[in-house]
Amino acid sequence: MTSTGVRSFWAVLTVVGVIILFWYAASVPMNIKGVLTELERAGESVDPPNAADRRDMNEFGLILDNSFAIDETWEQDRPRLPAPHQVAEELWDSTVEKKITSKRSLIYHSWVTLSATMLGFAIGTGLGILLAVGIVHSRVMDLSVMPWAIVSQTIPIIALAPMIIVVLYSVGIQGIIPKAIISAYLSFFPVVVGMVKGLRSPDAMQLDLLRTYNASQSQGFWKLRLPASMPYLFTSLKIGIAASLVGAIVGELPTGAVAGLGARLLAGSYYGQTVQIWSALFAAAILAACLVGLLGLIERSVLKRMGMAQ
Amino acid sequence: MNTESTTEPVIEANQLDLTFQTNDGPVHALKDVNLSINKGDFVSFIGPSGCGKTTFLRCIAALETPTGGTLTVNGMTPDEARRNRAYGYVFQAAGLYPWRTIAKNIKLPLEIMGYSSAEQDERVSKVLDLVDLNGFGGKFPWQLSGGMQQRASIARALAFDADLLLMDEPFGALDEIVRDHLNEQLLALWARTEKTIGFVTHSIPEAVYLSTKIVVMSPRPGRITDVIDSPLPKERPLDIRDSPEFIEVAHRVREGLRAGHSDD
Repeated sequence: MTSTGVRSFWAVLTVVGVIILFWYAASVPMNIKGVLTELERAGESVDPPNAADRRDMNEFGLILDNSFAIDETWEQDRPRLPAPHQVAEELWDSTVEKKITSKRSLIYHSWVTLSATMLGFAIGTGLGILLAVGIVHSRVMDLSVMPWAIVSQTIPIIALAPMIIVVLYSVGIQGIIPKAIISAYLSFFPVVVGMVKGLRSPDAMQLDLLRTYNASQSQGFWKLRLPASMPYLFTSLKIGIAASLVGAIVGELPTGAVAGLGARLLAGSYYGQTVQIWSALFAAAILAACLVGLLGLIERSVLKRMGMAQ
Repeated sequence: MNTESTTEPVIEANQLDLTFQTNDGPVHALKDVNLSINKGDFVSFIGPSGCGKTTFLRCIAALETPTGGTLTVNGMTPDEARRNRAYGYVFQAAGLYPWRTIAKNIKLPLEIMGYSSAEQDERVSKVLDLVDLNGFGGKFPWQLSGGMQQRASIARALAFDADLLLMDEPFGALDEIVRDHLNEQLLALWARTEKTIGFVTHSIPEAVYLSTKIVVMSPRPGRITDVIDSPLPKERPLDIRDSPEFIEVAHRVREGLRAGHSDD
């Protein structure tokens, strides 16, 4: 590793360390009242001893008066804010320690969400590229499609998702398809915007050059516009796949918590399982990071092969 | 000078007029332009910016449409000539596709025009040789210097054997030394290929060194103020620029430019 590599490694590690420290620190005031209530019930002496008196007290005051209870704030079963190690333990437990066919395995739930994400991403990307091609080549489409594409993204997906599911269910479609459609609904937009920009990126001189060759419109598309749009496409795809994952998770919420990361989130909130919620959130974040990272690798190798990255 | 140029002119402009409608009102880019260019001529268009030299070249290439007068290229309208791929055009920037190697960039017009792949390869190696870029076919544009990129773009314009080569300040962005070198190479290339060349520049030495005919233009409205047939021989070493004939032609060009300026 170069010296700048070492330095940035330590910088990243420091940032992570600071976040974890802050998180532990935040867990104490968040959980102190719950811990004191539990201790009081277990017969320990806490100050003040009466839950009603504690309710209106400042958390930091309670911590000062009951500093012996700080350790306990990081070990609760159902904390308001679980400590990092609790989330990490739950993540480990529900991925490595469980069989992946188990309903309690996060890998199983991640896979359910991932499959809907990938299908939605494929639909969204395909649709996005098609719309972009139409918008760039037809003024009518530019004027008519683009405003609707923008309007579509102003509707909160959380409001729209249940309706999509209900409508599709009424015509007999359920399972992965409705989730994929919600996911496609979120992911087509960055692809449209990025591809329109990318396909329009060749400058006037490049277009004039093709004109001097008497090139047809389709030759201009395949030889100039499409290759020129590749860097834009990959940028859009990275945004699009993260949006796809959000869409798939949102699509799982109204279906009644059957399977998937969204279902884990919902089940966790039904039963007050904050540790479960946080570990599902982290699973989603890790999944998104992997997907975006994978696209980054594909981008690097494609652009390198095209001679557009060094 | 050229005895074989008694045939039909390659380019003939008659009372050519072009007015652009802009937001600030009409701009008279070309006014009463009369010019004929014969086969094998090396014609330079020189003048300050806004004199219409590039606009005239773009009219020949059918990239702009004149609003008055007539213009023929090889006896056809410019647009027919464009459809017949009558000319190769070299822009101020090389404009190579970054995702194509040099050889693949030169193949671009050949692919569009439907040449067989064997013929494409043959032509690429021929024009790479013409612009002295042998062995660089497999490189990407970013691996080449600016001068080499511009040579590659000239090779691209030569690849499909158009008899007419239109060049819009092709060396404008390059430094003096590279420019001298490329001017020398361009003359050699012109001698070997016997093409007709239209060349836009704002450098007096460049125009005088390269051309058999120098068209001096002036702005507002863009028009021709002088057409000079160069007395210099076809064979031109770089030190011809110190000869009295060269200095005299350069002087006349400068006078023409000044005359164009004094009346605005």
